Amino acid sequence: MPLERINDFVVRFANVNGSGSASANTLFGKSILRMGVPVATRNVFPSNIQGLPTWYEVRVSEAGYLGSRGGVDLMVAMNPQTWDKDIASIEPGGYLFYDSTRAIPHDRFRDDITVLGLPLTEFCAREYANPRSRQLFKNIIYVGALAALLDIELAAVEKLIGEQFKGKDKLIEPNIQALHMGAKLAHEHFACPIGLRVRRADKIGDRIVIEGNSAAALGAVFGGATVCAWYPITPSTSVAEAFQRWSKRFRVDPVTGKNRYAIVQAEDELASIGMVVGAGWNGARAFTSTSGPGISLMQEFLGLAYFAEIPAVIMNVQRGGPSTGLPTRTQQADLLSCAYASHGDTRHVLLLPEDPHECFVFGAQSFDLADRLQTPVFVMLDLDIGMNERLCNPLPWDDTRRLDRGKVMTAEELEAGKDFGRYLDVDGDGIAYRTYPGTHPTRGSYFTRGTTKDSRARYSEEGKDYIENMDRLMRKWDTAKTLVPAPILRPAKTPTDLGVIYYGSTGPSMDEAADLLEARGIHVDRLRVRAFPFPAEVMDFIHAHERVFVVEQNRDGQLRMLLINEGEINPAKLIKTVHYDGSAITARFIVDSIARAVAAPGRHLAA
Amino acid sequence: MTYIAKPKLHHPQLATNTLGYTRRDYEGTVSTLCAGCGHDSISAAIIQACFDLDLPPHRIAKLSGIGCSSKTPTYFLGASHGFNTVHGRMPSVLTGANLANRDLIYLGVSGDGDSASIGLGQFAHAIRRGVNMVYVVANNGVYGLTKGQFSATADRDSASKTGAINKDSAIDMVSLALQLGATYVARSFSGDKEQLVPLLRGALSHEGAAFIDCLSPCVAFNNHAGSTKGFDFIREHNAAVNQLDVMEPRAPITASYPPGALETIEQHDGSVLRLRKLEQDYDAGDRLSAMTYLQERAAQGEIVTGLLYLDQKARDLHENLGTIATPLNSLGDAELCPGREALERLNASLR
Ligand SMILES: Cc1ncc(C[n+]2csc(CCOP(=O)(O)OP(=O)(O)O)c2C)c(N)n1
Ligand code: SF4
Ligand SMILES: [Mg+2]
Repeated sequence: MPLERINDFVVRFANVNGSGSASANTLFGKSILRMGVPVATRNVFPSNIQGLPTWYEVRVSEAGYLGSRGGVDLMVAMNPQTWDKDIASIEPGGYLFYDSTRAIPHDRFRDDITVLGLPLTEFCAREYANPRSRQLFKNIIYVGALAALLDIELAAVEKLIGEQFKGKDKLIEPNIQALHMGAKLAHEHFACPIGLRVRRADKIGDRIVIEGNSAAALGAVFGGATVCAWYPITPSTSVAEAFQRWSKRFRVDPVTGKNRYAIVQAEDELASIGMVVGAGWNGARAFTSTSGPGISLMQEFLGLAYFAEIPAVIMNVQRGGPSTGLPTRTQQADLLSCAYASHGDTRHVLLLPEDPHECFVFGAQSFDLADRLQTPVFVMLDLDIGMNERLCNPLPWDDTRRLDRGKVMTAEELEAGKDFGRYLDVDGDGIAYRTYPGTHPTRGSYFTRGTTKDSRARYSEEGKDYIENMDRLMRKWDTAKTLVPAPILRPAKTPTDLGVIYYGSTGPSMDEAADLLEARGIHVDRLRVRAFPFPAEVMDFIHAHERVFVVEQNRDGQLRMLLINEGEINPAKLIKTVHYDGSAITARFIVDSIARAVAAPGRHLAA
Repeated sequence: MTYIAKPKLHHPQLATNTLGYTRRDYEGTVSTLCAGCGHDSISAAIIQACFDLDLPPHRIAKLSGIGCSSKTPTYFLGASHGFNTVHGRMPSVLTGANLANRDLIYLGVSGDGDSASIGLGQFAHAIRRGVNMVYVVANNGVYGLTKGQFSATADRDSASKTGAINKDSAIDMVSLALQLGATYVARSFSGDKEQLVPLLRGALSHEGAAFIDCLSPCVAFNNHAGSTKGFDFIREHNAAVNQLDVMEPRAPITASYPPGALETIEQHDGSVLRLRKLEQDYDAGDRLSAMTYLQERAAQGEIVTGLLYLDQKARDLHENLGTIATPLNSLGDAELCPGREALERLNASLR
């Protein structure tokens, strides 16, 4: 039986990288959004520019589930290289759309799916003289055909084409023409629509679509960042590129045309974090964007910044594995390497955004936290939210908000005789006052170094000075717990002693999983952790439940380790629930893992 | 190890500069380096140069890496902010600091191990970006602080104190700086205050990447017979090409020199450099011939010192980046945050 689904299915496009399919695919996804139906789109791409397979997944979900679902209901197979694998991934009863110009042997299809072949290449060869046009319009033609097959309003697609080519108006007409040719072709060959359909709804509200990297960079602009030093690495490169773009738009002095920002592409990540530390020391808000291998190179400086108490923001867009790992796949596998980065007794603040909306909010907030706490702050994105356009709440800003520069002693205060000791804990919160270089002719200067110092920044190798400093840093850490974003609790509808802790891009799949579990009679209270150090509510949640699943996207259960370590929790109580093949975690995976564990005999009493 | 403050009592007869500061106001704490270490003479020359130029000490930021040489910023300019960074990475910290506030003077002090070994990359990139700074390498051919291993500037076939022979070729930081586009390049010797102080003054008034390679013998580990970085060897092989004098902005030239031997160069900030040629053929305005000259003389075993290159039309990193004149660290909320209305418009464009 062919699948019959309205506003609830997954379409996957299999393309060749560099064939110009990306903009056609985006057009397809956006047109469904314009019909008021939520979609979640994901790119799966290789680490090269041209020639290798890429996939683009569009999950249509009126219920608003934005996590990856797993499985494919309609495969748009445009890449012969990946044909067999693509065909195999179609759900029973699903659909296959392909270019039938070249005959494909019968045994390379499946019997349990509906096959929709259109001779696209042949058609384009007839319609267009120029080879480049053939390729580009082929993409629009299949969008037109799919619109007919799925009952997508052509008017919605036309409007988007108009917006896309605004200013290049000559291109609008031929694209619209190609769209209609595609739709007509589909109508000529098949009974349209098929069992999968889009029906106009009103489920978008005022939500927007943006990539997490772009939103984080915009957060940096709103958060007052002026210095960005970076080194290219996938999947973080587009953070710095977006910062450049937003800065050009928002940060050019209207009178002089000069920039209120400075961006340096450093020679490596050692230099990028060094520049950030130098700028932070000198009172500018500075950040770098990088990924795991870059974090490894930054270790020494991160320790210095921690001990010398210098504000710095590091946006880490996580990916799989080492330098020659899975650069174009997603993971949450840098938690430990960031939380305890560097030598000596160090610990760092991590912010864990769920979606682009939070990338923006945390992107801006990270600078306030770094200045307030005088320490490095990591914004932990990952490829899934960083490099995919995601439907999310509009980006918020409150105009009464002021940049919090933290404890900075001014020239006036120094002049008035206020006592200055760079590492003196005058307020009992572990945070001392600092001065910017050049503030006052005779007061407030100090020499910055690691730990060989006393509370007035004078050189000292005394053990008691070292301990005093280290203990103050722990007081500061306790203060951090009260300043970082609090976790978000979503209680089950029925009281339960099962809890789930999760974070970051796992959010949407976990929310969906909770609904699915509930339908199966498994009730879980959910806590989405949004920062390290853990605010008190996190440990309270663990103590209030008999068993807590910790759902994350890495092999070793890194958040679980942090929870065990920081809260001195019995490891048996925290159940590792990990997904780490480089694809985004799915609700199906979470449901299976949790349901299996709940059903397992003898595990009920684990505590 | 404790910190020893110098007594602050001012002698009534101490000379003051136009800011009313005495030389003492440019000093730091008492040096803890070995008695006779060349690095202490560099500190003294920095103190002198800043005093002479009437620089307000607090408007200078001093940064260093790790090493005996990198410890010296504690021993001068006590009223300046200082930053003892990590080994070999001072250039990036200085670059970032400079981006944050272009109005301060940046003085980077490093060693040959710090800048030619572990930090060669960062040295090169800070120079090629044209960071407005004075970058001094106290060059002793060894790692002093870790007790005498060869550094990358040690000459081939020179002997260490323990008798080991260095087989690797030496990195010449002056040649590198020239090739990388430094706009003020000098070499000097910590034992020659007459030469070093004016070179520092020239560098401090230069608006671009100024580099001084200052030979600075390590009396503990590299001052023996067979060393090419000891006091005696340097004195014997020192070949100064010119003698620099820095004058107050637009001051008239009064001293008399033999005709043809005197060159005056005006810098960006208006200060006038007066260069007395000791080597008639040497043209400090010509990068290419400077590089050739240095190679030729080095092949003959000479250590060429003096102001080796000056580009009057130096451009710095801020100019390249098009940053505004106001220091970035002093911009307020209104200049930085686009605000809610702009964000609403943006939200609307993302639907
Ligand atoms: C990452 C790192 N590696 C090694 C060291 C140890 N170390 C300290 S100083 C130094 C060499 C300093 O040599 P140089 O810059 O020539 O300074 P000098 O003491 O000769 O003035 C080394 C290797 C360190 N501090 N950090
Ligand atoms: S070891 Fe050498 S470089 Fe270090 S202080 Fe002593 S003489 Fe100077
Ligand atoms: Mg040395």
